[in-house]
Amino acid sequence: MRVYVEVALRGFRRHATYRSAAVAGAFTNTMFGFIRAYVLIALWQARPQLGGYDVVDAVTFAFLTQTLIAPVAVFGAPLELGERVRTGDVAMDLQRPADFQGWWLAADLGRALFALGFRGVVPLAAGALAFRLDLPTEPHVWLAFAVSTLLAVVVSFALRYLVALSAFWLLDDRGVHAIAGIAAMFFSGLLLPLVAFPGWLGAFARALPWAAIIQVPADVFLGEHTGAGLAGALGFQAAWAVILLALGRLVTAAAAGKVVVHGG
Amino acid sequence: MVETLADTVRVYLLLVRMWSRAAWAYRTSFVLLTVATAVVTGLDIVAILLIFAHTPRLADFTLPEVMFLYGTSSTAFYLADSILGTVDRLGGHVKAGTFDVMLLRPARALVQVAADQFTPRRLGKVAQAVTVLVVSLSLLDVPWTPSRALLVPLMVAAGAVIYGAIWVSGAAFQFVATDASEALNAFTFGGNFLTQYPLVIYGREWLWALTWIVPLAFVNWQPALYVLGRPDPLGLPLAFRFVSPAVALALAVVAALAWRAGVRHYRSTGS
Amino acid sequence: MRAVDRISFRIDSGEVVGYIGPNGAGKSTTVKMLTGILTPSAGHIRVAGLNPVRQRVALARRIGVVFGQRTGLWWDLPLTDSFELLRHLHRIPSARYRENLELFTELLDLGAFLHIPVRQLSLGQRMRGDLTAALLHDPRIVYLDEPTIGLDVVSKAAVRSFLAEINRERGTTVLLTTHDLDDIERLCGRVMVIAGGRLVYDGSVDGLRGRVNAERTLVVDLAAPAPRLDLPAEPPGARVIRVDGPRQWVAFPATASAAPLITAITARHEVVDISLREPDIDEVVRRLYLGGLRSSAAAASSVGDPSGTDDPSETGGRSATSAK
Repeated sequence: MRVYVEVALRGFRRHATYRSAAVAGAFTNTMFGFIRAYVLIALWQARPQLGGYDVVDAVTFAFLTQTLIAPVAVFGAPLELGERVRTGDVAMDLQRPADFQGWWLAADLGRALFALGFRGVVPLAAGALAFRLDLPTEPHVWLAFAVSTLLAVVVSFALRYLVALSAFWLLDDRGVHAIAGIAAMFFSGLLLPLVAFPGWLGAFARALPWAAIIQVPADVFLGEHTGAGLAGALGFQAAWAVILLALGRLVTAAAAGKVVVHGG
Repeated sequence: MVETLADTVRVYLLLVRMWSRAAWAYRTSFVLLTVATAVVTGLDIVAILLIFAHTPRLADFTLPEVMFLYGTSSTAFYLADSILGTVDRLGGHVKAGTFDVMLLRPARALVQVAADQFTPRRLGKVAQAVTVLVVSLSLLDVPWTPSRALLVPLMVAAGAVIYGAIWVSGAAFQFVATDASEALNAFTFGGNFLTQYPLVIYGREWLWALTWIVPLAFVNWQPALYVLGRPDPLGLPLAFRFVSPAVALALAVVAALAWRAGVRHYRSTGS
Repeated sequence: MRAVDRISFRIDSGEVVGYIGPNGAGKSTTVKMLTGILTPSAGHIRVAGLNPVRQRVALARRIGVVFGQRTGLWWDLPLTDSFELLRHLHRIPSARYRENLELFTELLDLGAFLHIPVRQLSLGQRMRGDLTAALLHDPRIVYLDEPTIGLDVVSKAAVRSFLAEINRERGTTVLLTTHDLDDIERLCGRVMVIAGGRLVYDGSVDGLRGRVNAERTLVVDLAAPAPRLDLPAEPPGARVIRVDGPRQWVAFPATASAAPLITAITARHEVVDISLREPDIDEVVRRLYLGGLRSSAAAASSVGDPSGTDDPSETGGRSATSAK
């Protein structure tokens, strides 16, 4: 276990060296938060109570999701794993006496923690200064949000891990990464809250893993889920995390076999 | 002057051909990225359609009107993006030392950075935006006059120059701050996203700032008010609807000066 | 921070000059100033009659540059594609281009990998590609920054004989930075040493060795372990510096000939093998810098000491640098 903590800390420190890039990113996330907030205000002025949100919820959603962008790395750089597959360095990684997937997950959690702490808080803080936001007042909602965010990062990691592994077969994972990025942007709720997706499209989007990355943590933050509903929301995230991580393990085994066949 | 310009274009096209061939070396990624690019640029318009599924008007603007704003801004934006969008990676080139290699070739550095990693799929984004623009023009209910019709291509061209100038200025800034490329996105991609909607939704203060500080209002908002026959919420004189080309020219000059200053202050890293 | 300070030199057309010094001494900085990449904060540079920074594009047509650790080739495309692009960029007449490509293909043995994407080439193959790319347009001056770093013996030899050939046949001026003393010895008539941002030596290679009292070493393998070798009086200063079983190390002044020493040793002992080790360039430079020389005097002497002819009208590859 200790080794994974070390790996996570290293992931944190590595990203901490790019502090000026984090400042630039925070600035851009914040500006987009403002633009999206005004678009949503215009929509909610035309349709108050759309999807069960009021206009304050909608504005909060705009800034909160800009806060989550960096930690869950929706538009972020692909996992370095894909690059290491392309260069062949991955053969060394596979030799390590630690779980391969666990190693990369730990590193990504370290990265996400830095992204949330140093970059993610900026859009939400700026939004709170400029607008009235619906911030949770009860400690247990903050706790549930923390758990939900952690699960969101794990689901996001599991998806990006699968994308990176595609490089074993395609030589280059950039194309798959781009496609996966679009799916994430559209179905996570970043483009428009999933509550504003009409009818069957909304139901479909809310069942997909990308909902677990942005929409669910945002709803937990807004207090949309309580009691059994909250447990169900976290369970939905956990279920996708387990399914996708398990899928990742299957693909890892197949990929590792491929490395052996190629003689490292 | 004419000869320099012709030579610049010749070198740009040579590099574009080279990078297009290199992109084709990774075929699967190339095809997937082409599809991805076409789809991702369409997502913004999907968002607009989803919004209008809930309401017939957004801040008093109809769907064809918002599509017109989207079409003009995005056509201009993706034109600029196709031609020189990769200049935003300048900081990366400086850090990796690849900018040194560019300075050793007998061609302007800006042309090389602009053509860097060019791929033909960028043109798919332009096609997507033009489609939306054409559809919006067919749906718009405005009395077309020669001046209205002429203003449409003019605002797209001026808009492209404005975006291009923002990109080059942002790249020049990276000579000083090599990690700033993501902040530039706020003005480029953010600017495009912002101007897809009627600027009134952002309120008077933002509208003022977008007119006088970061003049994105001249990409499409000011001329569009004239085409759509709407009054200016800030009450600016009628002449403002037609000054986009002048604004574009002024910004291009500022960008060129910023770039020159940046190259002069360039400090190569590494050994 | 000052990377280089008060460096002043002049190189004449057709010279092959080695430019050496420890890491971080300012070698790359100098080359970057000579190519117009960096603007000196003070001083005056002319290369081929041009101001490198102000006339960078014009200068780029007259010089060729190879950075050993960085390639100017297109990573995902075959060498031929990169060469074709350079042909257009430099507007090389097509007859001249074909002639050059043919010649370089032969001299550098490129034929086998001209059509393979650069990313799949070995380091040695890529370096040969980079050399070709730097010379296709018949530059009057080439700068080579560590052109043999990391190369195998065969590639090193190919690169060296190619450079010698180009210099001999075309009179191309060559400025070479390297860590490899062999490069210098096989190619350069003149060597400049920079240390701590100052030029501390400018002259011949032999002169360099003499001035720092550098030593060469004979490694003698005897048939059986023996007491210290019995050495002749000639050359003076020769002595055994290490004994390890049947192997002994003999140091002697670098300026002296090894021949009498070898003759004497083989006459007096049963020798299996003898090899000669040149003084390590870093060692030479270190001694030079640490006081083997009065460095300020050396720098001053190089200022007004242009070797060879000094006629600006016909010396295309003439560059004088001084930068603070």
